[in-house]
Amino acid sequence: MTDQAKTQIDERKSAMRILSLMSAEVLEQKYDSFDQKPDWTFARKPETGLVMTRGRIGGGGAPFNLGELTVPRAAVTLETGETGHAYCHGRNQRKAAIAAFFDAAFQSAALKSRVEAEVLAPCAKDLEASDLKAKQEAAATKVDFFTMTRGDD
Amino acid sequence: MYVAVKGGEKAIKNAHKLFAAKRRGNANVPGLTTAQIVEQLSFVVDRVMGEGSLFDRELAAIAIRQAQGDLIEAIFLIRAYRTTLPRFGYSTPIQTDEMLISRRISATFKDLPGGQILGPTFDYSHRLIDFGYDSEEAAEAPEQSELIEASTPRVTDMLGDQGMMEPDPQSAEGEEVGDLTRAPLDFPADRDLRLQNLARGDEGFLLALGYSTQRGYARTHPFAGEIRMGEVEVEFFAEELGFEVPLGKISVTECQMINQFQGSEEAPPQFTRGYGLVFGHAERKAMSMALVDRALRWEELGEELTAPAQDQEFVLSHSDNIQATGFVEHLKLPHYVDFQAELDLIRTMSEEFWAERNDEPTTKMGAAE
Repeated sequence: MTDQAKTQIDERKSAMRILSLMSAEVLEQKYDSFDQKPDWTFARKPETGLVMTRGRIGGGGAPFNLGELTVPRAAVTLETGETGHAYCHGRNQRKAAIAAFFDAAFQSAALKSRVEAEVLAPCAKDLEASDLKAKQEAAATKVDFFTMTRGDD
Repeated sequence: MYVAVKGGEKAIKNAHKLFAAKRRGNANVPGLTTAQIVEQLSFVVDRVMGEGSLFDRELAAIAIRQAQGDLIEAIFLIRAYRTTLPRFGYSTPIQTDEMLISRRISATFKDLPGGQILGPTFDYSHRLIDFGYDSEEAAEAPEQSELIEASTPRVTDMLGDQGMMEPDPQSAEGEEVGDLTRAPLDFPADRDLRLQNLARGDEGFLLALGYSTQRGYARTHPFAGEIRMGEVEVEFFAEELGFEVPLGKISVTECQMINQFQGSEEAPPQFTRGYGLVFGHAERKAMSMALVDRALRWEELGEELTAPAQDQEFVLSHSDNIQATGFVEHLKLPHYVDFQAELDLIRTMSEEFWAERNDEPTTKMGAAE
């Protein structure tokens, strides 16, 4: 794989990550407010299935099957030819369809910067803020140990 | 032996109608929403997801409500539902060392890098019923602190770096990962299958077995090396895309139980461990799982088989509460013909018994007919 191809995949993966982590409601709003949407058709109609999640023995060893995860998936092709895919945990097929639309738009030279500015950047910021809040709340429960001084002078 | 019995349709229909009314309860009491269950009864949701072996909070809540809070029935509903869905594939293994940690404690090191993070916990509470709790009142906002140390290495890795801990077992090249949802369990089962079985096993059963190891039935000298709970991201290799696609986040609890090991011909004296990993916030289950995982490793570590928790056929065949409840509850099904045959046999034997003694039973035979 060329470096350029790898960079493209990494970029797309990080966009798909944000789309999968966004709530269905927020994604719906972003879709509604995305002006001049190109026409699109389903390359793969939304369907819900399962992905078996895996852990590792001891945390870092050989893999084992932990349990399944509900995952709807969809693929969308824009009138301009780009096809986007989405897999996102839950059972909300409409969320998967919209995420697939944005994944397609992200690959369109004409729309990519708008998807970044209007959808991905604000949501990435919200997700970071909520992760930070969770970390800071956990940090407030961190134990500070005191060494007790013994009573003898 | 089961015999088809006809009849009872009307009784069944009415019984289900009565059950539906009982589920709703007093109509003057507001109905329970699944959002309330997800948000306010997170431990039952996590338990149903773990033992149902399907991570989907909303689905678990729907099942819990439908089952009127009978968790094994809810787990049954989840297991049945999953059979209706296609399997897209397997995730890449989750990275618990990259967890967004909300709780992380160690009973082996006081000052460990990253610190002891209590998170949301029952521990240190007085277990007094709070009669004054007002469910309508908003909870106080949790405190927040600045982050100091970002890195929270695993305790077991720290010991591993010093050569004091057995390394994680790696899989051989091209080795398939066992999946008991695809092929029935065969004995002896490898550790991957054992862990899958335990991860979806009944919490009560594993708790009792884990407890038995502490009480001396396969003593393993356990220390809670580390328990961590939080969120991890899941990725899945999509064939059509040719790369790993992020699916979202799940919450898990991981337990590394540290145990003593004297060493053997091949291995130096070092600590060994049992491993627990469970969906959701399920500390008791993760700890129990780790205790039982370690006990099941007796043969690999050259120990003696002396106790039930070490016997993999016993443990793995009885850990699944859906299989267990299916077999126990099938006793409710009509066994009329079976029982008639037994009754005839006992009656004949009883008659022979009295005939030999030239006597009569004190109660009149056949009075119940």
